[in-house]
Amino acid sequence: MSEPRIMWRKAVNAVMLTLTGVAAFGVVCVLFLILGYLIFNGGHSLNLNFFTQLPKPVGETGGGMANAIVGSLKLLLLAALMGLPVGLLAGIYLAEFGGKTFSFIVRYTTDLLNGVPSIVIGIFAYALVVLPVKHFSALAGGVALGIMVIPITVRSTEEFLRGVPNSMREAAMALGASKWKTIVTVVLPAASGGILTGMLLALARVAGETAPLLFTAFGNRYWGQGWGQPIASLPVMIYTYAISPYDDWHRQAWAAGLVLLMLVLLSNLGARFILARSKAV
Amino acid sequence: MDSVSGVPQPALSVKPFRDPVHMEKTTTQPTEQSIRLEIADLNFFYGPKQAVFGLNLKIPTHKVTALIGPSGCGKSTFLRTLNRMNETIRNTRVEGKVLLDGQEIHQMDVVGLRRRVGMVFQRPNPFPKSIYENVAYGLRVNGFKGRLDELVEKSLRRAALWEEVKDVLKRSAFALSGGQQQRLCIARALAVDPEVLLLDEPCSALDPVTTAKIEELMFQLKDSCTMAIVTHNMQQAARASDFTAFMLDGKLIEHSVTSKLFTTPTDPRTEAYITGRFG
Repeated sequence: MSEPRIMWRKAVNAVMLTLTGVAAFGVVCVLFLILGYLIFNGGHSLNLNFFTQLPKPVGETGGGMANAIVGSLKLLLLAALMGLPVGLLAGIYLAEFGGKTFSFIVRYTTDLLNGVPSIVIGIFAYALVVLPVKHFSALAGGVALGIMVIPITVRSTEEFLRGVPNSMREAAMALGASKWKTIVTVVLPAASGGILTGMLLALARVAGETAPLLFTAFGNRYWGQGWGQPIASLPVMIYTYAISPYDDWHRQAWAAGLVLLMLVLLSNLGARFILARSKAV
Repeated sequence: MDSVSGVPQPALSVKPFRDPVHMEKTTTQPTEQSIRLEIADLNFFYGPKQAVFGLNLKIPTHKVTALIGPSGCGKSTFLRTLNRMNETIRNTRVEGKVLLDGQEIHQMDVVGLRRRVGMVFQRPNPFPKSIYENVAYGLRVNGFKGRLDELVEKSLRRAALWEEVKDVLKRSAFALSGGQQQRLCIARALAVDPEVLLLDEPCSALDPVTTAKIEELMFQLKDSCTMAIVTHNMQQAARASDFTAFMLDGKLIEHSVTSKLFTTPTDPRTEAYITGRFG
């Protein structure tokens, strides 16, 4: 082959290698830039008061977002109670029982549901829960987030169940276990680490959702008055504070963003830890 | 149990690798054979594709029957019809009779059948649980309420594994070696005290030393168990079995006493296979 041809190939190779490397580096940078920016802007507003006090009225500085932090956790609890069991059972159906046509439909629908814009799910929850009782509520927010949790849980559960070798099911059934008993005593325990990870990631994913909460959980500047009343949440608080005209609120919004991101990062780390431990058995 | 004359009678031939103590046991067996499993006109289909054709076979009590034949000849499929494991595969169909102690297995409760007809698979497949829990599993799912510890120990002893694992019963079964795992799987199958043990190429993933251990174990288990083993290893069939059935393309070609089948086969296809001309 001629010299220039080889030179050209080497050049193309070098350029492409650099491009892919730069893109990969950029991905890492984005996260660290966001994290750095949040710490820079919100870090010094982050003190004990932020975690223990209620928001101060306009004009007063200080105060915290204790109600929003607890509210977010309450909403996630509701979402988990509503979304995780449905997601888990449907995932088991797809991996263990499903036939051809119906499974295909379920799988396809699940993917579509996963792609539905969160604000549309918010409207749905609004029509379903808020309109009949004529007021916003934590319950409505939980329903909206719960719906979003379902498709993620279904697919991750199915995937991890499929990862359990068939020989395991055969071994159990050859010992006289029924299909359901096989699933409960052998297949689910074998996949439990992965399934738990998927659930944690699903919750982490919806923890930061704002749009579906705007007209369901609505928001609250005080401690919520129970599940049937509006409730504060971190994402909505960030939204409200960030578009306000007050500098102090801006700083608090940054701090809230930092707390939210930390929450998500920690649950991701937790998920990885669980997965790594379950694989070591 | 009825004695059937249609079964090939074992000839008093000396088999390789048998020590005199064990030899004595084989020779004192009655020549009249009782039959544990009787298979009549068995056809098996994967969808439209037939895998087993009109198979007739009698599996005598407390003996080892080996099934040999080239890959894809249907020997594993056939073995799996004996405890109805094939029913877990979608779109399959079985025709014909399989009698366990004279009872049609397709009319039995499948759970009860699988408790009586245990199975050991090609690759060791312990559960991701402790050694103890693996053996106890079959007892637990069958609702056994008794002294588990005793039965676990007994089963592990029967599988010649007790001495190696008695101090690490709580450890994960995955920590064992491949051969130990396979013996654990045998112990797990033995725990529910099956009358028949089906072995589907149990040594194909194991080294020769471990294989010898499993074969020795099979020999000891003959006192309490009837065994059917699928193997693609003809030496293993010759060493470890009393009777051998040769299958080809889903059909049973020849069935006789192992020593006879390997020395004076009647069918030219059997001879061609055991002399290594194909397969």
